[in-house]
Amino acid sequence: MPDSTQSPLAQLTLTQVRQQLADKSLSASEVTEAVLARIAATEPRVQALLSVQAEEARARASALDASGPDAGKPLWGVPLVVKDVLATKGVPTTCASKILENFRPVFDATAVARLKDAGAILLGKANMDEFAMGSTTENSAYFPTKNPWDLSRVPGGSSGGSAATVAACQCFGALGTDTGGSIRLPASFCGIVGLKPTYGRVSRFGMVAYGSSLDQIGPMTRTVEDAARLLQVIAGHDERDSTCINAPVPDYVAALAQRTDLKGLTIGLPAQYWDKGLAPEVAEACGLAVKQAEALGAKTVPVDLKLSEYAVATYYIIAVAEASSNLARFDGVRYGLRDKSAQSLLEMYVKSRTRGFGEEVQRRIILGTYVLSSGYYDAYYRKAAQVRRLIRQDFEAALKNCDLIMGPVCPTTAFKVGEMSDDPLQMYLMDIFTISANLAGLPGLSLPVGLGHEYGLPVGLQLTGRALDETLLLQVAHVLEQHVAPTGLPSL
Amino acid sequence: MKISPEEVAKVARLARLDLTPEKISQYAGQLDGVLAYMDKLSELDTSDVEPMYTPVDQVSVMREDVVKKEFTREDILKNAPETDGSFFIVPRIV
Repeated sequence: MPDSTQSPLAQLTLTQVRQQLADKSLSASEVTEAVLARIAATEPRVQALLSVQAEEARARASALDASGPDAGKPLWGVPLVVKDVLATKGVPTTCASKILENFRPVFDATAVARLKDAGAILLGKANMDEFAMGSTTENSAYFPTKNPWDLSRVPGGSSGGSAATVAACQCFGALGTDTGGSIRLPASFCGIVGLKPTYGRVSRFGMVAYGSSLDQIGPMTRTVEDAARLLQVIAGHDERDSTCINAPVPDYVAALAQRTDLKGLTIGLPAQYWDKGLAPEVAEACGLAVKQAEALGAKTVPVDLKLSEYAVATYYIIAVAEASSNLARFDGVRYGLRDKSAQSLLEMYVKSRTRGFGEEVQRRIILGTYVLSSGYYDAYYRKAAQVRRLIRQDFEAALKNCDLIMGPVCPTTAFKVGEMSDDPLQMYLMDIFTISANLAGLPGLSLPVGLGHEYGLPVGLQLTGRALDETLLLQVAHVLEQHVAPTGLPSL
Repeated sequence: MKISPEEVAKVARLARLDLTPEKISQYAGQLDGVLAYMDKLSELDTSDVEPMYTPVDQVSVMREDVVKKEFTREDILKNAPETDGSFFIVPRIV
């Protein structure tokens, strides 16, 4: 690497660092100091983190070192970052919104609690689009995050801070959340692995809700095996989330060793994802990855996702409707910003919300309130819920003829900061390939498949699978990862 | 036009937001375009389709009716913008 601030220790994968921690060739404190140094060296340029818990992380690392490695804790001593939409006990949780500027939850989200129970060290909270509403991380109320590959470009969003911090080697993995592509799109733009699990695979307890029927928490890491290790810890039933599926959690990591090629697998290629509107460099890199899959023994078949062109409209109606309802809880009464000048209760609600919410959030609340309002409910919300069922049936039919579906994550590579910020509809269309998985509740994985020939930026291939079949997505991605063009790390 | 500035103002009031006239006309223009795009769905005949509101088959989750105390009053009031130590305080209602 060209730059002396590129610490070899910080560049280890999660899988490598946990091994070296377990066999005591590294201490938790050494590892923590290495990533804190890396943050100090790169964060002024990348701006991936809304807060860094340096002292807490050091104290936790010392305490872990004092008791020694614990083989029963799969993430023992590993510093991780979580998106600031997840509640962290005693640590600021802002959702990148002014309305939660001083909010410190008194509990941990289930996914965060499970990371801690597994021995992980919470290092910081990742920047995001405010309340996860956006595709670039420019909608953060605090500052935009930059793409570590090219600081004049966006990292994608809404989990752009999580993607950038992992790509910049400021930590060994992060949690993001994905309502319409918010893990997969930034993973693609930043050249890392991002997995949105099946709806209900990971508990949403303690995740500040955006679109409750769409939201999922998932891992963002530098390798597929790292993602398997994080998913292993966070997946599984939780009595605090009634939509969390009570199904056994397979051994994802062990499953990776069971497949070394793609023989016997059928990959579906939807014409709707491949035929039009792709940047040539995206079509090329993703196309080469599919060729590689064929060379590894997979059969490819065309599949028809004929309702794809309706997915964006369906998604935005449902997402904004759920958002307008979810965000009604921010009223200045129990937590969050309160406008102290208000004389009446109603005035307090109105002034606190108007001051606290950013522009895109207000726009989506208004749209959501409109599509749920009397006279429009049937035409928009109910209609969208009906089309949603048809979209799921489309996927179910397609996945009868193949084991998984492949296509690009996004029609382009990372674009310039400011390029998309004026036109909301244009921005919504960036999610065109990712939102269907949320509507249908299916798992989707973004795998880096090399750098595009035009701008030299990472390209992501999306793998979409059957419900609860994260194992196959991880296996296929793991095999492909070793054969596609290497993406490498950005030189910062 | 799908949505007028008056409708935006009305919906904003329902959503407890106070928009300036400039914002109202800006949102009306943008939302008009978004709603026109959403009207694409009317091309599809969905008369026989049951709406799908969630991807999981919703079953009522039951649990034992047991009293648990996981948080103290102090915990719950910790983030309150205004409190007297016992209650959340809001501007006078009556």
